[in-house]
Amino acid sequence: MRRLAPFVVLAALLAGGCDIGASHKTHGRLTPHTLEAVRARGYVRCGASKEAPGFSGPDESGRWRGLDVDTCRAIAVAALGDREKVRFVPLTGQQRITALQTGEIDVLPRTTTWTLRRDAAGINFTIPTYYDYTAFMVRRKVGVHDLAGLRGASACVQSGSMTEVILADVSRKYRLALRPVIFDNVQSTRQAFLSGRCDALITDASALAALRATLPGRADDYVIVRADSNVAPLTPAVRHGDDQWFDIVKFAIEAMIDAEQLGIGRGNVDRLLASTDPNVRRFLGVEPGNGRALGISDDFAYQIVRQIGNYGEVYDDNLGSRSRLNIPRGLNRLQRDGGLMLPIGFY
Amino acid sequence: MRRRGAGHGWGWWLPQIALLLALAGLVLVVARTVSDNMERQDMVLSLGFLRSTAEFPIAESFLAYAPGDTIAWAFVVGLGNSIALTLLIIVLSTMAGVPVALARHSGHMLARTLAGGFVDLVRNVPLVVQLLFWYGVILMAFPPARAAAQPLPGLFLTNRGITVTTVGITGTALPMIATVMGGLTLTLVAAWRGRLHQASLYTLGTIVAGSVLWVVLDLGLARDVPHFDRFNFSGGLTLTPEFVAVVWGSVIYASAFAAEILRSGLDGVPRGQWEASRALGLSKRQSLRLVIVPQALRMIVPPMNSQFITILKNSTLALVVGYPDLNFVANTAINHTGQGLEGVAILMLVFFTLASAISLAMNRLNARVQRAGA
Repeated sequence: MRRLAPFVVLAALLAGGCDIGASHKTHGRLTPHTLEAVRARGYVRCGASKEAPGFSGPDESGRWRGLDVDTCRAIAVAALGDREKVRFVPLTGQQRITALQTGEIDVLPRTTTWTLRRDAAGINFTIPTYYDYTAFMVRRKVGVHDLAGLRGASACVQSGSMTEVILADVSRKYRLALRPVIFDNVQSTRQAFLSGRCDALITDASALAALRATLPGRADDYVIVRADSNVAPLTPAVRHGDDQWFDIVKFAIEAMIDAEQLGIGRGNVDRLLASTDPNVRRFLGVEPGNGRALGISDDFAYQIVRQIGNYGEVYDDNLGSRSRLNIPRGLNRLQRDGGLMLPIGFY
Repeated sequence: MRRRGAGHGWGWWLPQIALLLALAGLVLVVARTVSDNMERQDMVLSLGFLRSTAEFPIAESFLAYAPGDTIAWAFVVGLGNSIALTLLIIVLSTMAGVPVALARHSGHMLARTLAGGFVDLVRNVPLVVQLLFWYGVILMAFPPARAAAQPLPGLFLTNRGITVTTVGITGTALPMIATVMGGLTLTLVAAWRGRLHQASLYTLGTIVAGSVLWVVLDLGLARDVPHFDRFNFSGGLTLTPEFVAVVWGSVIYASAFAAEILRSGLDGVPRGQWEASRALGLSKRQSLRLVIVPQALRMIVPPMNSQFITILKNSTLALVVGYPDLNFVANTAINHTGQGLEGVAILMLVFFTLASAISLAMNRLNARVQRAGA
């Protein structure tokens, strides 16, 4: 190891060159009081992706849209009362966790799966906003209906993700002898599948649905086959060491889920201010206390529903029936409807 | 000669010491910043991750690999791919450079123009662009696997790769193979030492011994004809489009540079040498072999050294067309283990070592050609 030292230093210089500069700059920002920093700055900085249709990305007019984007806006409403007081920092899959650790962003809602190693790496996961799973997409004319039908097929996969491990695991478990064709970026992987290099494309089911929606031809030219029974909870994350900010982000997300449970939506939120239901009154801040407990405005949940909507509305806007992706709610229904979205009490 | 530094006064030593101190200070500052940053992110520098399991797949490799092997072995497998790739490109591009160089040197106008155009075109387009061109435009335009083109019996061209029928030896072939390999090694050693007569005797002996063993061991040949399964070809040998693209693209690219190095070597030999050898009654071919080439080699070998090192380093571009070289595997391993610093350090150390090995071999070759006929 001692002999390696010069190379380690050299490697650090090259690999971390920008990083070192950045963290020096941000050193002062790494205070435990994110809320204060956000208020002083006047906007929330959110990690985002430019090419995750339905989750995050600018539309034709340049306005950011998606489930992750709306989550960010909800956090901005909770912290600052205004859904526009937010800026999006586009990040690649490899940059995202470092960007959060070094204080470049305040919150990372970028289709990041909650895993043990990531959680242990200096960040805290809040509340899942989407439950995804890994799947293969195959051309319908090939006639594949289940995993067994994929025996001997070649599969295009992106490196550096959990997906390639799932591909290897599935192949080993069911002796499918899958032939991986691996690329280091999303575009090459998709292009290889579309040009016929592979029989299957494996990635998150939501990304497959999004891709399928953008392809020419009919959507049912392609079949999506679930790869395993694992569920990937895509969860916004915050830095270690600021419990108040951790709580604010959690309840900004929960406000959307609870609102759906309570039957509060964009259309009726103002009317329901006069509701006699104590749950609704507490939620909307008519009976104060919730916001103050978090150190923010008491009407934050009301503002989130009024400016953005409840979880069901946000889902339908970006991923569901009102979007071109049209992904069924599935696991992302409320717990009372058989899904995994769990409302936590606003008491 | 006086030893450098000896007998110098303070005026000479002070700047040297100051520079050394400044350098040491810089290294210290960088090392401290790195360790501070790592501490803040709860990162620990350790090579222990090499022993953990590599769960990720590697698309293809010369050495056997399966998910579940160690990370260290994944690195070795990537290294195997890189070395095989580099050697292949070095040999093929140098061979391909010879006709181009001779064409550029010839009196034939068309050959000269074509070769010149080839060199200009290939040298002036970035290698990454060329690799993507061969992969995405040419190889992906091959027919799909079900409708494979079959230009020759047993040869299939598809956008899943080039599949050929292979011929294998049936029976216990190891003694025969070992004998032939041994004979070939002896031949090469003799040829390297310049004992051509001895080398040809070894070749003859190898052929005879190999044939005798073939009959004695009752060996046979069997063809392995590829057949189409539900999705892909099985049997035979398949060169994937990723492998073909990186080898073909890099060979084309490197051959243009090799051709220029060879040509400049030939041009560097003074005209007088041609005239002198003609005056001695040597034919054009004889003058080339006996007079010009030995002198040209002295000018060719040193730039070829950097050419080969460039080929080694350019092999890391394999990742843009999805071929898993060491760089690709290391990046994947870093992504799965989070040990970025260690992974990059290993990469740098390995490439530094490989490049040094190339330099060492080329320097020895250079010493030989400079000595020859000097």
